[in-house]
Amino acid sequence: MKIPLSWLREYVTLPAKITAEQIAAAFVKVGFEVEGIDYQGRDLTGPVLVGKVLSIEELTGHKKPIRYVGLDLGEKKTRFVICGASNFKVNDLVVVAVPGAVLPGDFKISARQTYERLSDGMICSAKELGISDDHAGIIVLAEGKIGSDAISLLDIKDVVFDIAVNPDRGYAMSVRGLARELAGSLRCKYVDPADIKITKKLDAIKSSKAVSVKIEDKSGADAIYIRTFEKVNVKRPTPLWMQRRIEKCGMRSISLAVDITNYVMLELGQPLHAFDADLISGGLRVARANKFSKLTTLDKVERKLAPDNLLICDGKSALALAGTMGGLASEVSGKTTRIALEAAHFDPLSIARNSRFHMLSSEASRRIERNTDPVLAQVASARAGRLLIELAGAKYLGTAQAGSPIKKRKVKISIAQISKFIGYNYSTKQVKDALSLIGCKVAGGGSLLNVEVPTWRPDLISSADFSEEIARVNGYELIPARLPVGKGGAGLSALQIRKRQIATMLATQGFSEVINSPFVSQEMVDLLGFTGDRAKSFRIANPMSEEFPLLRTHLIPGLLTTLNRNIGRGGKDLAIFEIGTVFRNTTPLGKAVNPAIDKRPSAKVVSDIYAGVPKQMLFVGGAVAGEKTLSNWQGSGENFIWSDAIAKAVEIVEATGNEFEIVSSDLAPWHPGRCAELRVGGKPIAHAGELHPRVITALNLPPRTCVFAVILSELPVAKTIRAPRIWNLPATVQDVALVVKKDITADQLQRALRAGAGELLESVTLFDRYDQIGDGKVSLAFTLSFRAADRTLTADEVGRYRDAAVAQAGKECGAILRS
Amino acid sequence: MSLEQGQIESDLAKALKAIAATADLDGLKQIKIDYIGDKSPLAKANQALASVDAASRANFGKLIGSARAQVNQEFEKKSAELANVRDSQVLLTERVDVTLPGRRTLKGGLHPLTILTNEISDLFIGLGYKVAEGPELESEWLNFDALNIPADHPARTMQDTFFVQPLEAKLVLRTHTSPVQIRTMLDHKPPLYVICPGKTYRADELDATHTPVFHQVEGLVVDEGITMADLKGTLDYFAKSIFGDEVTTRLRPSFFPFTEPSAEVDIFFNGRWIEWGGCGMVNEKVLIACGVDTKKYTGFAFGMGLERTLMVKHGITDMHDIVEGDVRFTQSFGVGKK
Repeated sequence: MKIPLSWLREYVTLPAKITAEQIAAAFVKVGFEVEGIDYQGRDLTGPVLVGKVLSIEELTGHKKPIRYVGLDLGEKKTRFVICGASNFKVNDLVVVAVPGAVLPGDFKISARQTYERLSDGMICSAKELGISDDHAGIIVLAEGKIGSDAISLLDIKDVVFDIAVNPDRGYAMSVRGLARELAGSLRCKYVDPADIKITKKLDAIKSSKAVSVKIEDKSGADAIYIRTFEKVNVKRPTPLWMQRRIEKCGMRSISLAVDITNYVMLELGQPLHAFDADLISGGLRVARANKFSKLTTLDKVERKLAPDNLLICDGKSALALAGTMGGLASEVSGKTTRIALEAAHFDPLSIARNSRFHMLSSEASRRIERNTDPVLAQVASARAGRLLIELAGAKYLGTAQAGSPIKKRKVKISIAQISKFIGYNYSTKQVKDALSLIGCKVAGGGSLLNVEVPTWRPDLISSADFSEEIARVNGYELIPARLPVGKGGAGLSALQIRKRQIATMLATQGFSEVINSPFVSQEMVDLLGFTGDRAKSFRIANPMSEEFPLLRTHLIPGLLTTLNRNIGRGGKDLAIFEIGTVFRNTTPLGKAVNPAIDKRPSAKVVSDIYAGVPKQMLFVGGAVAGEKTLSNWQGSGENFIWSDAIAKAVEIVEATGNEFEIVSSDLAPWHPGRCAELRVGGKPIAHAGELHPRVITALNLPPRTCVFAVILSELPVAKTIRAPRIWNLPATVQDVALVVKKDITADQLQRALRAGAGELLESVTLFDRYDQIGDGKVSLAFTLSFRAADRTLTADEVGRYRDAAVAQAGKECGAILRS
Repeated sequence: MSLEQGQIESDLAKALKAIAATADLDGLKQIKIDYIGDKSPLAKANQALASVDAASRANFGKLIGSARAQVNQEFEKKSAELANVRDSQVLLTERVDVTLPGRRTLKGGLHPLTILTNEISDLFIGLGYKVAEGPELESEWLNFDALNIPADHPARTMQDTFFVQPLEAKLVLRTHTSPVQIRTMLDHKPPLYVICPGKTYRADELDATHTPVFHQVEGLVVDEGITMADLKGTLDYFAKSIFGDEVTTRLRPSFFPFTEPSAEVDIFFNGRWIEWGGCGMVNEKVLIACGVDTKKYTGFAFGMGLERTLMVKHGITDMHDIVEGDVRFTQSFGVGKK
C-alpha cells in the first residue's frame, strides 16, 4: 500500500528531524517491507503559482492543437503562455510554472519564443510536477487563490512509502494500521483515527425513509450498516486535500461521494460502498447469488454469477458483488440525491472466492479477504457519513443495521512459554509493552497474563501468534544464536551418492552439466518419434507458453535444444549431460484426497495421497557432437562417434556396480542400426548411439550427433563389493580370430568365449575387427588372458582352455577359427 | 711370474695417465679393456699373487688392491664426466618448445547449482542432517493444504502455480520443496533434522532475476526444545559457510502460512543487505497435520533459492546464464571449489 508521510504524521507524533530512510527502517524492523520511497517535490522548485485562465487563442496550422493562453497570476499584466493541452476553458484555475521554476528532471522554465509567440511560463500537468503519471491534460484546480503558491496548495512536498503488507495483516492496509505499527516501532505517541465521537449519535437516529437491510446468509457477513442520506450534492468538487491524499495513495479521484468512501477506506481500512438509494427497490439484502445469474459491475463488465457468489441485492435484482465491486445500475451518478452508504464485516473467504471466481481483485476485496476489523463497519460508515454531511451538504436520514460482530476476545498467555519458544527470556515489561503497542489490553502481572485481543487482530490465537508479536515488536535482533546438531545423521543415500558419482565422472571426462527446461512441445515429441510410455506426457493446464505445454518424458528433447543453442553461439565440439526427473502419465491417477488438517490423516489416507502422485524416474542423459580429442598443431583430432555414446552408457551402468547385457535396438529417436540397449536383469535401462538422420536434419544438428540416456533410479543398488584376490604369478595370453555371421554381436561372441574358457580366464579383450571377408561374415579377434593362483600356466594347458572357448563360440555363435 | 713393486706402480701410473687423456666415451671402452679387464696388467698381477711367497703376499696384495681401486675410481669419475658432456650435447639437440599445447580433450564441469547443492548437503550432513528428496510433480494437499495454505487463502495466490491436467487429480509442479518436509514428518518420528534441496516451479517469466524452473534448499528441524535461537544460529552458520566468515545475517519479521513466527533472512554481503530466504518456527497447524506431538516438540524451517544464492555468491548478474546451458558457463566452475 502507498502511504504519504503527511497522513501518517496526523496520527503518529514523529520526531521532527526523522528522515524518510529512518521511517522506512522502522517499518522494516517490524516486518513491513518498504518497496519504494517516492520523494515527491524533492526536485521541484517554484515559483509554481495558481493562475486563472483569462483568454484562449487557438493557434492553427500545427500538427496538434496549440493554445496561446492569457493568465491572471495576480500580477499587474496578463501573462501569456503556449499550451499543448486542451482540457481547460476560460475562468478555470490552473497551475503555472513561471520562469525561474525548475520541474522534476532538471527542467528549467524560462521565457521563450515558440509557435511565433512569447511563452512566459508553462501550464503544468500532474506528471510534469512529478506527482502522478497522469499526463492526459493539465491540472484544473477546483479551488485556489489566484497567484498563491500551488506547491503548498497541492501539498506536493511529501514522501510516499510503498509498503508490502503480508496477507495475515489486513489491518495494516490502512493509515490507521500502518501508523500504529510505525508508532510501535519507534515508540512514538499514536492516536487511533477510529476513535470518533459521531458514531453513537448517528446510530441513534432511525427513520422509515432510511434504506433497510437484512443479512440472509449469515456465513457471508456478520454485521452490516446502511446509512441513508438525502439532498446530497454530488456535483460538489472533492476538496483538494482529500483528492491529493487519494492520489498519493495511488488511487484516482472520481467524484465526491466515491472519493469519500475511498478516503475512509484508506484511512481506516474498511471498504465502503455508496448506492444511489433511489435505484434500490425495497431493502438491501446480503445473500448468495442463487437464482441471480448476471450482474454488470462498475467496470462495465457483464459478469455471469456463480450460485455461491456473495451479493448485495435488493428485492428485485443483484446490485453489487459484495466486498468486491459495486454494480453499474445502482451507481452514484450526477443525478443522485439520495445515497445509501454500505459498510459490512464480510466473511473473508466468501469475498476471496468472489474475487477469485471473477478474476477481479479490487482495493475492497484485497482488504476484506485479509479480514477487516469487525467494529469498523459501524465506525467507518459514521466517519464517511460525517464527511458527506460536511462536504456534500447531505442530510442524514437514519441507519439500518443487521447482525452484530463479536467484539471482545480474551486469552491467557504465558511469558515463560513464549520465552522458551523464542529462546530469549522476556521480562514482563517487554511483553506488556509489546502487546500494548499492537493494541492489546493486558492485565495481570505474573507469568500468566490476561490479554484482551484487539478486534482488528483475528489472527492472534495461539501462543505462537503472540510469540511472533512479542519477538517482532521487541526486535528479532534480541534473539541469541545457538547451533543445534542433529541426532543420528547417516550421510547421503545410495541414490544421492550415485548421482554425485555419475555427475563427477562425466564432468571429469569432458562433459558439461546443463539443466534444461522440462517443458516440451508436441512437435518435438512427434519429431523424436516417442511412442509407448514416452508418448504419455502430462500437460500443464496453464503453461508459460502454449508452444511448450508438455512435461518431458525423456531428457533428450532438452539436451538437443541446449546442444543447438551452444552451436548457435559458435560451439563446435560439445559434450553435455543432464541428470533430471522425467514425468510419464502411465498409471491411472486416483481421485485426489484432501483431508482436513486438524489432525494427522489416517495411514490409509496418507497412502492414498502418496498413491495419487505418479512415480517419477531419474535419468542421466548426454549428447555429443564434433571432436572428442581436439585438432591442434599435431594434426586433426578424433570425432565423437556412436560407440563413444555407447561406451558412456556402459561406463555409467558399470559405475553403479550392475551387470548388464548389451543388444542392438531400433528405438526412436536413434539411428535404427546404431543404437545399443543395455539391459539389467532383463530390463532395458539405457539406450545409446547415433541419432536418426531424420532428427538430425529436422533439428539442424551436426551430422552424426550421438546421445545416451540411462535410467539412474531404476538401477538396483549394488551389494557391498567383494574384494578380488590379486594373484602375482604371470598371466598367459592366447589370441584367437573368429569368423562369424555379421548379425552375431561382439558381446554374444565374448559371452560364449567366457562361458567356454573355464574359470582361470581373467579377461577377454577384442583387439581387431575385420569386415572385408565377404559372404556376410566378419572376423573378430580376441586376446584371452589366463592366470592361476598357484602356478605359472603352460602353453599346453592354456591351449586347451582356448580350444574349449572356441568350441563354445562355435556352438553358440557358429564361430569358426579364422585360418 | 714374479711381482715387482716398480712394475705395479708403473702400470698404475700408465692407467691413470690413459684415463686422464681420454676425451670420449668410446675411448673409455678401450681403456676398460686395456687397464681394468681380465687381461690388463693389474688384473694379471692380481692373478699372480697366488704364486708369490706367503711372506710378501700380504704386501703385494695391498699394493695391487689399492692400485686397482684407484684405477676403478678414476675410471668411474671420468666415465660420469664424459657421460654428462655427451648428455648435455645430445639432449640439447632434442630440445622442444614446451609451450606447444598438448592434445586436449574437452573441458567438462558440474553445473554450479550442483556444486552448491553438494556443498550445502555436505555442510548439513556435518551437522547431523539427512538430505531428503521428493517428487517434483506433487499432490496439492502436500504442496499447499498440509502447509496451512488452504484453497482460496490469499497466500495461495502468492505463488503462481503450474497445474497439471486432469485438474481433478490435483497435481501441481511443486512451488517449493516444502512438501518434502511434510512427507518427512508423515513418514518419520522426531527428532528430525533434514534439508531438502531440489527443483521447484513457479509461473514467472524468465528474466534477469526470475525463472519458472528454479531450485531451492529448505531445512527442517523438529526436536524437543527447539527455539528461534536455534534457527538464528543455524542460519548464521549456513550463511558464513556459503558466503564467508565476514558475512552477518539478520532476521526481519515476515509472513508465511507454514511458520509462526515468520521471518525473512537477510545477509550483509559486499557492503549491503541482501534478501536471502524465508524462515520461521514451524506453524503448530502444520505439525498437527503431520501428527507431531506439539506438547513435546517444536521446530524451525527455512528456505532459500539456490539460483539467488549462486548469483550473490559468484556475482552472476543474469539468470539466463544459469538456465541456458551454455557450456562455457558450466566449464568455468569445473567440478567445484578451486
